[in-house]
Amino acid sequence: MLVLGIESSCDETGVALYHSERGLLAHRLHSQIAMHTEYGGVVPELASRDHIRRVLPLTESCLAEAGATLDELDAIAFTQGPGLAGALLVGASVANALGFALQKPVIGVHHLEGHLLSPLLAEPRPAFPFVALLVSGGHTQLMAVRGIGEYELLGETVDDAAGEAFDKSAKLLGLGYPGGPALSKLADQGDAKRFKLPRPMLHSGDLDFSFSGLKTAVLNLVQQQSPLDDTTRADICAAFQEAIVEVLTKKCLAALKQTGMQRLVIAGGVGANRQLRAGLDDAAARRRYQVFYPPLALCTDNGAMIAYAGAMRLKHARHDYSYGAKPRWPLDSLPVA
Amino acid sequence: MAYLALDTSTEYLSLAVTTPGGIVARHWHVGQRHAERTLPELEALLADTGIARAALQGIAYGMGPGSFTGLRIGCGIAQGLAFGLGLKVVGVSTLAALAAGCDAPRVYACLDARMNQVYAAAFERSGNSWREAGPAVVCDPQDAPQPDGDSWVGVGSGFAAHGDALAARLGGCLSETLPERFPQAGDLLRLALPLFERGEALPPEDAPLVYLRDKVALKTSERLKP
Repeated sequence: MLVLGIESSCDETGVALYHSERGLLAHRLHSQIAMHTEYGGVVPELASRDHIRRVLPLTESCLAEAGATLDELDAIAFTQGPGLAGALLVGASVANALGFALQKPVIGVHHLEGHLLSPLLAEPRPAFPFVALLVSGGHTQLMAVRGIGEYELLGETVDDAAGEAFDKSAKLLGLGYPGGPALSKLADQGDAKRFKLPRPMLHSGDLDFSFSGLKTAVLNLVQQQSPLDDTTRADICAAFQEAIVEVLTKKCLAALKQTGMQRLVIAGGVGANRQLRAGLDDAAARRRYQVFYPPLALCTDNGAMIAYAGAMRLKHARHDYSYGAKPRWPLDSLPVA
Repeated sequence: MAYLALDTSTEYLSLAVTTPGGIVARHWHVGQRHAERTLPELEALLADTGIARAALQGIAYGMGPGSFTGLRIGCGIAQGLAFGLGLKVVGVSTLAALAAGCDAPRVYACLDARMNQVYAAAFERSGNSWREAGPAVVCDPQDAPQPDGDSWVGVGSGFAAHGDALAARLGGCLSETLPERFPQAGDLLRLALPLFERGEALPPEDAPLVYLRDKVALKTSERLKP
């Protein structure tokens, strides 16, 4: 079965073609980061205005790369939520109208289910059940995953998402927006031991996270050390990254212990962080569990994970072409596939 | 063979299709439920008029101004339909469609733009076509562009939302106002047909949208100015 996937929930337009036997045939991504940088954050209206100019060219490019025609599609998947309502409606409208034109079924995919299943696009693939850490600019959640649609929320952030803490701290350090990746890069040159930053909720006894206090600690440190020289800036980055990685790693270990599961899956943009991967791999080697990551290119939002999740949910496809965005949509409300 | 038009720029959904017996148009007050309603209603319209998807030759849509999200639902649907069926698209001004729906030689089309503003443009009929008497603008109602002369028919939701301010600004120029009118796909289709015939339709990926309100956020550098 050949499924076209369209993602437009935030600031990246992604389109991909996934075949249930042949795997991922093509994927294309347009990031709007440069456009939003001047505004210091994502401007939802501008995001929507850009998505509608990108979806069809990316789709044409995917079809060309895969050597496929529209007639060969078996279904069209789109991100239905959660995300920015106006942005979601762009992908949803094109997807549903394309399905209507071709008389092919359409599937509304949960964006986080897409992320959660994206490690299944890599080799080796994790088998169910597993613990998943969804960690990005919008989310920080630990889930127990027993099958497609069988998701139990184990814990989540009570305030900022981990990626948001990266970006906000980067902004405080004068690294621009979105500065998360720049912060990580600078952290590699810093001394993580020079400053000690808090590990919020590390010993809370549950699997929840909190990162807004860490951001405040960075603000205090920046003010205390101001004006910042390059070494101090790098040292603060290193201390910040070490704190966040330690919290994420220890909570993952606690989730594995609590569920008795042996496999850990990392998904979402922060999953590309090298120190996080090193910390988790190191712990995995010592504690004898397996850790799985999506391909690096699929850590950000993308169409491939939407096409894949759509292919896993063909039986939930619709032919009525009546759709709507679901800006807020709890992952654990999804039906079992 | 048939052409299709849709408009989702206001709280109405309007669809129209050409048939051997003339244009068949339908509209509904849908609030913000365009995404839920448009394609199912289109399915019914095509079924009732006996038009197969494969018989469609081109898709026209209301390209704005209007509700930003509504415009993108209409444009996205036009893009998806045209891409899937291998067709081209024509975007039509919603203000021009409003004017074309009036049986008058001079029409002042004005839509509520929210944020206490209006979208406005004046149109003069010359034969079977319309000439824009000035560029379409987004502005405060008290700053609405004043057309030359009198006997202009004021049409559209701008006159419902800002009747008093517009009357004060345009009073002498207006002969009557029709505040309940909204852009209709039948009128839009009539405006689009000559463009299809002249080969001026565009590939769906180039489908234009006219928001008029282009400043939607401040850049960091602008926020820091005193």
